[in-house]
This record gives sequence, structure tokens and C-alpha cells, in this order.
Amino acid sequence: MTQTYDIVVIGGGNAALCSAITAAEAGARVLILETAPKPYRGGNSRHTRNFRCMHSGPLGPLIEEYSEAEYFADLMKVTGGKTDDHLARLAIRTSQDCLPWMQAHGVRFQPPLSGTLSLARTNAFFRGGGKSLVNAYYRTAQRLGVEVRYQAAVTHLELHGDRIERVDYDHRGQSHQVTPTSVIVASGGFQADTDWLARAWGPAAENFLIRGTPYNRGIVLADLLAQGAQSVGDPTQCHAVAIDGRAPKFDGGIVTRLDCVPFSIVVNKHAQRFYDEGEDVWPKRYAIWGRLVAAQPGQVGYAIIDAKSLDLFMPSVFAPLKADTIEGLATLMDLPAEGLRATVEQFNAACGDPSGFHPTEMDSVTTTGLTPPKTNWARPITQAPFYGYSLRTGVTFTYLGLKVDETAQCSTANGPIRNLWAAGETMAGSILGQGYLAGFGMTIGTVFGRIAGREAAAYAN
Amino acid sequence: MQTELLQEARRQVEICNACRYCEGYCAVFPAMHSERAFGDGDLTQLANLCHNCRGCYYACQYTEPHEFALNLPAALAEVRQDSWESFAYPSWAARRVQRSGVLIAVALVLGIAALFWAARFIGAAGGDGFYAVLSHNLMAAIFAPAFLFPLVSLAISLRRYWRATGGGAVRLADIVAAFGAAARLRDLTGGHGDGCNFEDEDRFSHARRVAHQMVMYGFLLCFAATGAGTVMHYLFAMPAPYPVFSLPKGLGLSGGVLLTIGAVWMAALKLRADRRLGAAHAWGAEMGFVLLLGFVALSGLALFALGATSAMPTLLALHLGAVLAFFLLTPFSKMAHGFYRMTALVRDAGRKAAH
Repeated sequence: MTQTYDIVVIGGGNAALCSAITAAEAGARVLILETAPKPYRGGNSRHTRNFRCMHSGPLGPLIEEYSEAEYFADLMKVTGGKTDDHLARLAIRTSQDCLPWMQAHGVRFQPPLSGTLSLARTNAFFRGGGKSLVNAYYRTAQRLGVEVRYQAAVTHLELHGDRIERVDYDHRGQSHQVTPTSVIVASGGFQADTDWLARAWGPAAENFLIRGTPYNRGIVLADLLAQGAQSVGDPTQCHAVAIDGRAPKFDGGIVTRLDCVPFSIVVNKHAQRFYDEGEDVWPKRYAIWGRLVAAQPGQVGYAIIDAKSLDLFMPSVFAPLKADTIEGLATLMDLPAEGLRATVEQFNAACGDPSGFHPTEMDSVTTTGLTPPKTNWARPITQAPFYGYSLRTGVTFTYLGLKVDETAQCSTANGPIRNLWAAGETMAGSILGQGYLAGFGMTIGTVFGRIAGREAAAYAN
Repeated sequence: MQTELLQEARRQVEICNACRYCEGYCAVFPAMHSERAFGDGDLTQLANLCHNCRGCYYACQYTEPHEFALNLPAALAEVRQDSWESFAYPSWAARRVQRSGVLIAVALVLGIAALFWAARFIGAAGGDGFYAVLSHNLMAAIFAPAFLFPLVSLAISLRRYWRATGGGAVRLADIVAAFGAAARLRDLTGGHGDGCNFEDEDRFSHARRVAHQMVMYGFLLCFAATGAGTVMHYLFAMPAPYPVFSLPKGLGLSGGVLLTIGAVWMAALKLRADRRLGAAHAWGAEMGFVLLLGFVALSGLALFALGATSAMPTLLALHLGAVLAFFLLTPFSKMAHGFYRMTALVRDAGRKAAH
């Protein structure tokens, strides 16, 4: 290991690549240390599909206008005000410049995907999805002379005073050390470390599924926090959605999502309903159901629909369980048959006139006298065959992370760490206190990745 | 058709249909996303719409080592290959030719031998130029059936295809749309216009698209040259040989050059591409077919250059023998793909119009 590098970037996803490309264009010699093997490079970015982007007029694939004020208001709605105003506005304002930058560095966009028309104005979709974005960025980075090492697991950053002195990593069974001038951490949250999740959530976390990469174990994050790096965020907060309970433990990605909840009733393992399934349109509610299911016994839920609703939502990758009677379905799903029948009958009796039913907008077809109510799309479940899906909590990424300022710089209680910057999910907690806004993770990664790259290169020069 | 190939394609397509990230690459995905369940005919149609551009493979988050093990280009290539073999008439011929480059080489040798034999034992009846070797009537007697048989065979195959995929009435607008897509090879543009992924993993390039169009337009020019000659012979009583600045020679020369370069380029790209993303057992026959096309073109050019020398009779037998083999193999070789693709594009244009 005789080569020297100006900058070491830890991580290999969107934020890491944006920072590496920016720094290399500023003339820095950059090394990317990616824990994953090449087929799994890119962290959670490989599962993403779009980027939420402010725009004052039509921009690339985006139509009309999406103002800073509207974007910020959307963010405040989902975070319940738990956000850093200054950093959030910085991310929103800069997002507009990012889109042409992304195109110039190989990313291609496409019209909104079928089933995502509600996002056509606010979110720009990557042609081919996040992995194609990652591929394009790796091509660009390598053309700029960025060196990439796969299966390079960083184990320790040596913090001495206000400087990172050394980066230790394992590669192909050997330990290595590098001493770059600047270091950028872009290695995600800790959600793939079930023990850490369990420390925050209790044993319930054992039942969570991880929607993305198994390589985000928070090793660098833990190492820096242990040395006094300032953190932000609550360890129990994360982006978590309700996904198909049959999804793989890791890396199930988009195909495990279930969009049937608004047309269903959702019960727990005791066949009891626990929340208003029809509170709002699904794109605005899918992110709360992860936590709702996590609060149920066994961290599992069961969505029940009947034949008339089967074609109203995007197909899931797993076929639903199917039976001619509610009791038969209960048996297939390991639910108490009598209990499920009673719950369905009680729900059906509370349904009113379903003639105003409209699947894509809030139709106020509601139950009366039922607790909890179902306030939209409440049609009785009567038409055989009946279908059921199990639901589990799928964690996308955790919010506890490194606290950064508007230059993406990290700090200790004594002040800034002069040569350490962070970007992407590992610092997203600085902006997302709770809740999630579709496509905002990629915005944070792109904006702060570019800032971190620029600052790290300026320092190295 | 083979159920295990269809079953594997169905498994993969159901995963794709829950993801939809690749919707912008080509015609396969919008067609797929308009369905929720996939019958054998649906899968056959999707397979024949797929141009094996591989964009979806390199963009896929579920390729191996992921447990979903998606490889849609290969799954569709297998179904496509199998559909050509089972719709062919007679299908036993396709099952052999589509799987063996050696068989294509054997057909080539037999074709050439047949022409040598004809030249030697039947020969000419005192004509000029090429007709001094083989009389015009003899050439027509050999090539008219060799040309008509593939047309009849392909017509039967396409009818089988249309029925299996549930096609309805054919509209002129759908045919126009299909020709438009094929003329530009739209489905190898990647949707964004950067081309496809073929010879260098996830790098987008137009190499395969351009090489393919050189072959296609080169072939069409050569075909037009033959057509022009036929018309001049019968309608205007202007028999060959033709001067350099004549329609048959001008078309044939430009077509021959395009076809030769295109075929060599296609073969070179094919050597660099990852074989696991195509129909594994068809690789040799596909390569054999590309080389046969290249040989037809190159021997035609040689004949053009050396037609006035003593090598002419030998070159004529080589060229016409290769053409004979090519024609007779058309319904059973990779050449059939053009006809199925056009049919699938017509079918897809009809689907879009109905939506």
C-alpha cells in the first residue's frame, strides 16, 4: 500500500459516489472503500427509484412547479416539525441544481412509473432504478480516476484531537491502514445490525425485516460515536414501512411492498383490528404502518381483502393466501377462525352505502360506530374468494447518525473535526427527526454528498 | 412449448411486475405491466418483444447472488428460442438448426457442393458471364423453390405465433408502427437514446444497434439488387451481366459491403458479450448464422471483384451455394427472428392502440 490518497470515502452508495466524483473533479486523488462485494455495491441506493426535487418550472422529467415552500411544508407534515430548519432548506434549495448535475454525470431519468402518478410533479424517477444510477456513477468516478476497493470493511477511524489521523480497513483477509488528508463517511445507518436495533427497540426488533443492504451495520458510526463524535437523532427512529411478511430478511427491496391496506382490514395475531386502514391515500400513509405493525404482538399484521379488491393495487411479488371462507383463510394464516369471522362480521355491519367508492381518492365511504373506524374505502368483505397477506415491519434506514453542519462537517463536543465530513443516511437524522418523505433520502445524499466532496477536496488542496 | 422454460419466465416476470423500475427501457415492460397474470401466450409475446439489450439485467437489484436470481434477458431468450422451434414448419428442422452451428456449416458445404455439381453436370446452355457457368433457367429452377419454400414455411409459423399469443385483426397502423420501430431498432436505444448494454457490462453503447442495422440494411440492399435484376431480366429483357453503374450492381455492392462489415462486427460483439444473458444452447447456431450471412456477402463481393478472372466459376458456386443454404435455413435459423420480431411489434402496437 504505497499509494497515497487525498481523500478516503467510506461507503459506496449515492452519497459516497457524489462526494467522490465532486472531489475528483476538484483534482483530489480519491479512494472509495465499499464493504459490499461488487454485485451488491451501492448500499441502499441500489433499491431506490427517485429523487425529490424542488423546481421553479418544468425541469427534466418534472412537470409544473414544486416550490421551496411547498416542499418544506410537505417535509414538516411528515416529521411533525422534528427537523433542522436550516439544513432542510439547504437540501431543498440545492436539489434543483442537483438534477442537471446528475444528468451530466450519467444518470438518466424516465417518466413516472405506472402506479406512481401522484409523484410525477415532485419526484424524478431514475431510468432503470437506483442500481442504474449507481452503475452510472461508478463509471463516471472511474473515468475520473477514483479508485474503488470492494469488500473493504472499515473497522476504525483514529480520531486524535480534532483530526482523523488514520483509517483502518480489512480487505481480503488482510488489515490495511491509510492516512488520507480528508475522510468522508457515507456508510449509511445501522439497521442491519439486529443487536443494535434490539438495544434500541427491545426484543421486538428481532422480528423486523431489513428492506435494503445487509452491509449497513453501523460499524463506522459506532466507532466515531464511541470516540466522541456528536450524534443526532433517536435510535428508535427510522424509515420503516409495512411489507409482505414473507419477504427475505435482507434486501427484499421494492417488490415486497404491499399496497392493499386501504382496501383491506388489518388485524393482529388475535384477529383484532388496531388502526384506521383508510386514513389517507396509501402514498401518504405507507410509512406509518411499519411502526403500527411493530407495536402489535409478534410484530405482525394480517391484511384481509375480498375478491372485488384484488385488482385495485399494484401486484405484490408474493401471491396472496386464498380461501373460499373467512374461517378457511384464518386457518391458512394461523389466525383464530372464530375471532376473525367475528371481526369481519362486525366490520361488515358497520359499513354503510359503498356506492361512492373511489379507489384512487379519499371517498369518505366510512364505517359508523366502529372502533377503530375505517374512514375511507370501507366496503364490506363479503365476496369470495377471500385473500390475505401477512405484514411485517420493514426497516429502510435508521436515523441515529452523525451531526453535521451546513458544510457536512462532523464535530465533537470541542468543535469541528477538521478533516471529517458525512453524507447520506449516516447523517440524515440531522434533517429527519421522524417520518419520511418519498425520495428525500436521495436528495439528502446527493446534496450533502456534493457538499462533502467539495469541502473535503478544498481542505486536501 | 417447454413448460419449465415458461414457468421460470413466469416466476421472473411476476417479480418484475411488482418492481417496474425498468419500465423506460423497452417495449417489454409497458406490455408486461398492463397484465396481472401471465399465460403462456403472454410470455411468448413478451419474449419476442425482447431484443436482448440487457439494460434490465444490469439495472436489476435482484440478480444473483440475490435469492430472487433474476436474469430476465436469459429467461426470455430461452422462451423465445423455444417458441421459434415449436412454431417452425416443420419444427424438427428448427429444433436441430437452432441448436447447432455445425449443422449450419454442414448446410453451407452441401449447398456449395450442390452448386458445383449443377455447374459441372448440368451446366450452361451457351450464356454469357455467370450464365456461362450456370444457365439462367437452371438458376431460376434452383432458387425459385428455395425462395418460395421459406416464405410458405414462415407464413405457417407466424400464423401459429399469432394464434398462440391471441392476436386479433391486423390494422395497417400497427404494421406501420412496427416497421417504424424496426427501422430505427428503437428497442436497442435504451429508451434514453444512449443505446444498450451488450459488449461491456453496464456501459451503454450503440455498437450492437449500428452493427445490426448494417446487417439488416445491407441484406435488404442485396435483396433489392436481386429483385432489380429479376425485374430487368423479365420485364425489360435486360439480362445480366450488368455494368458497374447499374441498379443491381450499385445496390449489391453497397449492400454487400454493409453486410460484410456488419456481420463481422456482430460476431465480434457477440464474442465479448456475457453468454449467460442469452439462450445458452443457441449461441453456436447464432454465431454460425452471423458468419453464414457474412460469408454470403463476402463471397458476393469476391465475385464482383474477380468476376472476369478464371476464379469466377469457383466463386460463383461458393456464393450461390451459400445463398442456397441461407435461403433454405431461413425458417429454421436465427434469420427467422426478424419475422417473429415484426409480428410481435405489430401485436404490441395493437395492444397499445387498444389501451
